[in-house]
Amino acid sequence: MDKLRERAAALLADGTVALVIGYEEGTNKPRPLFCHTAEDAGKLIYDSRCINNLAVYLTKKELMGTEKVAITATIPVLRSILQLSVENQLNEEKILVITVTEQGELKEFAGFAEIESYIADFQLKLSGKEQEIIEKLEGMTREERFEFWMKELSHCFKCYACRAACPLCYCTKCIVEENRPQWINPWAAPLANIEWHINRAMHMAGRCIGCGACGDACPLGIPIQLLTRKMMEDLGPEFGFVPGQPSKNGNALSTWKADDKENFIR
Amino acid sequence: MNTTNSEFEPKIVAFVCNWCTYAGADLTGTSRLKYATNVKIVRFPCTGRIDFMLLLRAFAQGADGIIVSGCHPNDCHYTSGNFHARRRWITFRGLLDFMGIDVKRIQYSWVSAAEGAKWADVVNSTVANIRELGPYTEYKKVAEYLDKEDYNG
Amino acid sequence: MEIKYISKEGLNEWFSQIVKSGKRVYAPVRERGQVEFKRVQALSEVAEDYIQTTQSIKSSVFPRAEVLFSFEKENGKVAVEDFNPDAVKETVLWKVHPCDAAGFKPLTAIFNWDYKDKLYNTHLEKTTLVTFSCAKADNSCFCTSVNGGPGNTAGSDVQLTMMPEGGAIVEILTPKGEALIQLAVSAFEKDKGEDKSKYLVDVPKVFDVEEIKARLATAFDSPVWKEQSERCLGCGACAFVCPTCACFDIQEDAHGSKGKRIRCWDACGFSLFTLHTSGHNPRAVQSQRWRQRILHKFSYMPDRLSVLGCTGCGRCSRACPVDMNILEHLISIAKK
Repeated sequence: MDKLRERAAALLADGTVALVIGYEEGTNKPRPLFCHTAEDAGKLIYDSRCINNLAVYLTKKELMGTEKVAITATIPVLRSILQLSVENQLNEEKILVITVTEQGELKEFAGFAEIESYIADFQLKLSGKEQEIIEKLEGMTREERFEFWMKELSHCFKCYACRAACPLCYCTKCIVEENRPQWINPWAAPLANIEWHINRAMHMAGRCIGCGACGDACPLGIPIQLLTRKMMEDLGPEFGFVPGQPSKNGNALSTWKADDKENFIR
Repeated sequence: MNTTNSEFEPKIVAFVCNWCTYAGADLTGTSRLKYATNVKIVRFPCTGRIDFMLLLRAFAQGADGIIVSGCHPNDCHYTSGNFHARRRWITFRGLLDFMGIDVKRIQYSWVSAAEGAKWADVVNSTVANIRELGPYTEYKKVAEYLDKEDYNG
Repeated sequence: MEIKYISKEGLNEWFSQIVKSGKRVYAPVRERGQVEFKRVQALSEVAEDYIQTTQSIKSSVFPRAEVLFSFEKENGKVAVEDFNPDAVKETVLWKVHPCDAAGFKPLTAIFNWDYKDKLYNTHLEKTTLVTFSCAKADNSCFCTSVNGGPGNTAGSDVQLTMMPEGGAIVEILTPKGEALIQLAVSAFEKDKGEDKSKYLVDVPKVFDVEEIKARLATAFDSPVWKEQSERCLGCGACAFVCPTCACFDIQEDAHGSKGKRIRCWDACGFSLFTLHTSGHNPRAVQSQRWRQRILHKFSYMPDRLSVLGCTGCGRCSRACPVDMNILEHLISIAKK
């Protein structure tokens, strides 16, 4: 932790970067921190409680400015950076990525390519609670699954915290704000809610890196990360994507292969 | 269930591409082939244009079943529209099934401009299938929320 | 005001009489690991041992989505069916915290500012509030700093203060509250003369709201907004859980020749909230939207409606995915 603080302070002091995005202690758990001065860097922390996906800030123009920015990246943040990069959303020159290894060592990446080889060693895993819900769902009939999701999603009040917390939801105009025609009713109600969440999941198809930030952000505790997660696991074997790795062969839904397999078209 | 099903006439919406299936359906008619009248056809330039929201919209507005149909692989008027569509269908179908939405109510097919008989067959078998499944009240209930007293939260 | 005592058994009896009277009863229920207001039939369904429901009870008077009127066009003529106040049912809100009850005052002020909102006022008129004073609080609670308190009776029709043996001190505060007591008069006993304050949690006062108001008067261009809001993601979680946030949008649900006009929740934290058709957005960045949220609650509302837009319930702080703790931000404004 001290090494991280020292390094961040040095980067800010000598002007290598104008901003360090990291974590600080919050009310009950760590929260994102923006360090503009060497003094701010003294508040930096980094441990397993740091779960916010900081990559979400890398596409916010008003925060990023034009100067170089350093980010302290957890594994999900590294995955997000790679996916954002293959989607041409990041300027590699302007971002310095720092992580803390499992041994507690500070690691600075020379470029995004190095991140890729680094995260290859980390397998993407569902949390115990998520695994439990998935297993419960797998044991259900279709009707029971429908009831489960309708009940969960009817709680949604459309605060869009899921969208706001997701590093890959960077569109400046989202489908829910499209009103000519109005595809999804903007109010919170059962139909409008399931349509929104189906859209969110479809738009994340093959892009979700499985960080779970959407589910963590949901104030109503809806396990929405399972929807995008499901898309990821479905598409992996079907279209040659590795869950948690950037989709280098293009977006799942904007590319195709002549021999894509299905068994339901007659 | 079975007694009501005998009186039940399924409402089916077919989303078809202009170049193959629509022409195929036309051929069904000019060939004087009789088939079920439960289908309302919506013509699109290409299956690649058939957004998944259209399918959801059809269910919300009262469709009991849906047909999505276009050119056979490698026959697309725009070269790859149906390949894109196929990926979208695979993805969408998996998601709907995970969420418990009845994927048996959506029939995907490839019907070329020369396959008038196949179109009649696709429609007839889909109508029979949906007649068996009954009306899709499950989804309609979700759509009719504003008249309910306790829909908030 | 009249004070009575009710035993544990009496409470059960009174509750079942309320349900029997045909009024809809909403109370906090624990479900899916969260506590939320739900329609209940028995006292046993009501949640125990929690700090706060995730959402406030404002949806009972200001629903997430509500039909203002519906219309149908036939043969060139348009028939409009207006909102029907008679269709609104009598409702009892059970086990509301004092900070939620206090939230009805700012809501009423907003919905009666110039136009008297028929929907809101109808709902409120048909609602009876049974509040429970607070025996517990957490580090997000700050009611005492915004003129409230764990035993504050503002907005309540009846307030109960639970006692360790399961009985409660009953304060009957309004004619509506009295009418609710009348449903089971025999369930109530004479006041035992106990002091309710000893059953209340101690919520320390951490800032002076007048001082904050004074500072905000000159803080429009302060750098504090940008500093505080850097991590804000711009979602609407804070506004939607808030008992006093009342921003709404008006939308249409039209199909063919008929449709409904709908009022639904909106939030000033959304970037599209102020976006003009021209493309210009007067609140273009998140810091301006965060400033709006704070100034609206602590400066504009007191100025224009003579009521604070915050009751110190702390829900926004608990719901925020990036810990935009409002209490901490207010303290930092007070110190600037």
